[in-house]
Amino acid sequence: MSKLKLIVWREYITRVRKRSFIIGTLLAPLGMLIYMLVIVGLSKYEGGSSTSVVVMDEAGIVKQLPDDSGVRYTITRDKTLDQLKTAVSEGSYDGVLRVPALKSLQQEDITLYYYSDKKLAPEKRNDIENRIAGKIRDFKIDSLRLDRSKMDMLATDVSIDPEKITGEGEDESKYTAGIGLAIGGIMAFIMFFMVLMYGQMVMRSVMEEKTNRIVEVMMSSVKPFDLMLGKILGAGAVGLTQVVIWVVLSGAVWMLLPLLVNIDPSQMQPVMSGTPQVDPDMVQAEGFHILAEISKQNWPMIIFAFIIFFLGGYFIYASLFAAIGSAMGDDLGEGQALTLPITIPIILAFYITAFVGVRNPDSGLMVFASIFPLFSPIVMPFRMAFSPPWWQIALSLVLVVAAAFFFVWLAGRIYRVGILLYGKKVTFKEIGKWLFYK
Amino acid sequence: MSILSIQNVVKSYDQYTAVDHVSFDVPKGSVFGLLGPNGAGKTSLIRMITTITGPDEGQILLNGTRLNDKSPEQIGYMPEERGLYKKMKVGEHLLYLARLKGLSEAQAKKEIDHWLEKFEIKSWWNKKIEELSKGMQQKIQFIATVVHKPMLLILDEPFTGLDPINTALIKDEIANLNAQGISIIFSTHRMEQVEEMCDHIVLINHGKNVLVGEVNSIKNEYKQNLFEVNHEGDLPEDFKSHFELVGQNKDAVTVRVAENSDSNDLLRYFLEKKIRIHSFKEILPTFNEIFIRRVEETGGK
Repeated sequence: MSKLKLIVWREYITRVRKRSFIIGTLLAPLGMLIYMLVIVGLSKYEGGSSTSVVVMDEAGIVKQLPDDSGVRYTITRDKTLDQLKTAVSEGSYDGVLRVPALKSLQQEDITLYYYSDKKLAPEKRNDIENRIAGKIRDFKIDSLRLDRSKMDMLATDVSIDPEKITGEGEDESKYTAGIGLAIGGIMAFIMFFMVLMYGQMVMRSVMEEKTNRIVEVMMSSVKPFDLMLGKILGAGAVGLTQVVIWVVLSGAVWMLLPLLVNIDPSQMQPVMSGTPQVDPDMVQAEGFHILAEISKQNWPMIIFAFIIFFLGGYFIYASLFAAIGSAMGDDLGEGQALTLPITIPIILAFYITAFVGVRNPDSGLMVFASIFPLFSPIVMPFRMAFSPPWWQIALSLVLVVAAAFFFVWLAGRIYRVGILLYGKKVTFKEIGKWLFYK
Repeated sequence: MSILSIQNVVKSYDQYTAVDHVSFDVPKGSVFGLLGPNGAGKTSLIRMITTITGPDEGQILLNGTRLNDKSPEQIGYMPEERGLYKKMKVGEHLLYLARLKGLSEAQAKKEIDHWLEKFEIKSWWNKKIEELSKGMQQKIQFIATVVHKPMLLILDEPFTGLDPINTALIKDEIANLNAQGISIIFSTHRMEQVEEMCDHIVLINHGKNVLVGEVNSIKNEYKQNLFEVNHEGDLPEDFKSHFELVGQNKDAVTVRVAENSDSNDLLRYFLEKKIRIHSFKEILPTFNEIFIRRVEETGGK
């Protein structure tokens, strides 16, 4: 085994064996499972005890209301408000809802009065308001003698289906943009997260070696560049291991979840977003469209590019973090000033994606950011889902690879000086000088 | 034949010259003291010998060949500031360092076993470094330095932090290794250790080589013809007209003998005066004195 391989192996194995890594890796999906169970549980939670409401129907439009979402309705027309209030204080009901008569059919708003000493939960209040509004609508339709089936015709579901003029490329459906957004967003987020997390892991590990002085022993056996590169490669391999485990476990969790909560996945979406029932056939149709859209993406190209951008971005930032780690003492606070110039472009790239890319993936800023190598590892994978011109992808790929080599080289120059320097506060000017040391 | 030859080596950082045209040879099989006050350039020099950095000018030969990629495997270096990976186990840590020095896995295991057995710490193999005391860690550090059988051993203050028992143990091992023909460079501030262990020294000050040579001949060179005589009774009154009296206490005098005479003249004087002598010895300068003298002579710039 070459020395570099030995270093990579040690960096990898000591990290993977750590209890914190094992726990973190296994617990993250478990945490996600618990999180989802809690969400599902919460959304199924029915607001505790039900409230019994007596409706004083002065307008004569409510007639009857089925009990629902923890509200029991009793409709009355022949009791006075005082009688009902007494009934409430005797405990027969929780409150009185007075629905005043409509002044005219043109009336656009109406205030209902709720008499009770108990607070009405916001959810129940909304529910009551919606139900009474529905009743009033029905009343108005009937009073105006409108044709109910014609009324239903007024509602139209509108969607735009983009079509290419030149005929090149795939036909786009109304789902294309949404799917692109989802795929691009997930990729950008994974990039952002991995680069930041593992870059800083490399930095901490370099600092640790410097402060506990093992580095002096190491330097007498291996070249500084090998030690740095070994660390970057080892930590990167740990990151990949973690992602692979997470993907596999998340898949397992996704399959297990329905069994645990006894619902089928197609219902998950409506339950979680709180919208009322959706026609199951529609869900199936939507699912089919989405699947079709997902499979329409150029996956081999996306995966290939994602891997290149991932490696490029990781090498660029991990080597910069390694260089900064070598220049730093053991004082993380002091190092903040040095790490800031590295974290800013990462965060900026993410913000550009999140705020500009989402609105217009082909805007000038996005084109620039997806080619500029400090941003492109996060921005280009996002744009990839919106099929940008091929030359931009190619240029971006070439630049990111070149930049990765350049930054690893640059970091090596800084690292070999910084790692052996103790007890000195380092400025960027000084780091600049190190580049030209023999 | 020298194991290490430093030839006109210069190393500077920015405007500061850490090592300034230094040359000396370390004879094969010697215990060689590398001395100098703090900031004299010792560490810069050691880092060049261990190939951690390279010289700006001049060259360094190890066993007759210029330092190259293979040199680290022939050198064992124990820095003054020591450290180990705290989370690693003793066995795997030693294995890792040994393999980085070019040993195969089987070879490394064999050597590590041998050393752990020698220090009676075989049971430590699966212990984590962080569970060991500082002195125990130092033993591991020493093993890591010598496990690949280097031809040149560089020890920077090897005894700091060691208790007397472990100091003796490591001292014995250093002597053992030296007897097997391994050359040792020994960097220290502790002059009594230099006198005890080294046969050659070099003294560095302000990045310059200010004294180099064999320990005994340096001592001779720096002797000041001082003798201590322990005698009975009072000194005759004319004593001072014959000899220079440097110091005097109850019954001993320290005397400087002039360049043109020798110790026998002094002895003869006492005999002729019929003064009884209990002891008579030459005062050789301690290395401490030589060190301070040379540093003061060459410092102050």
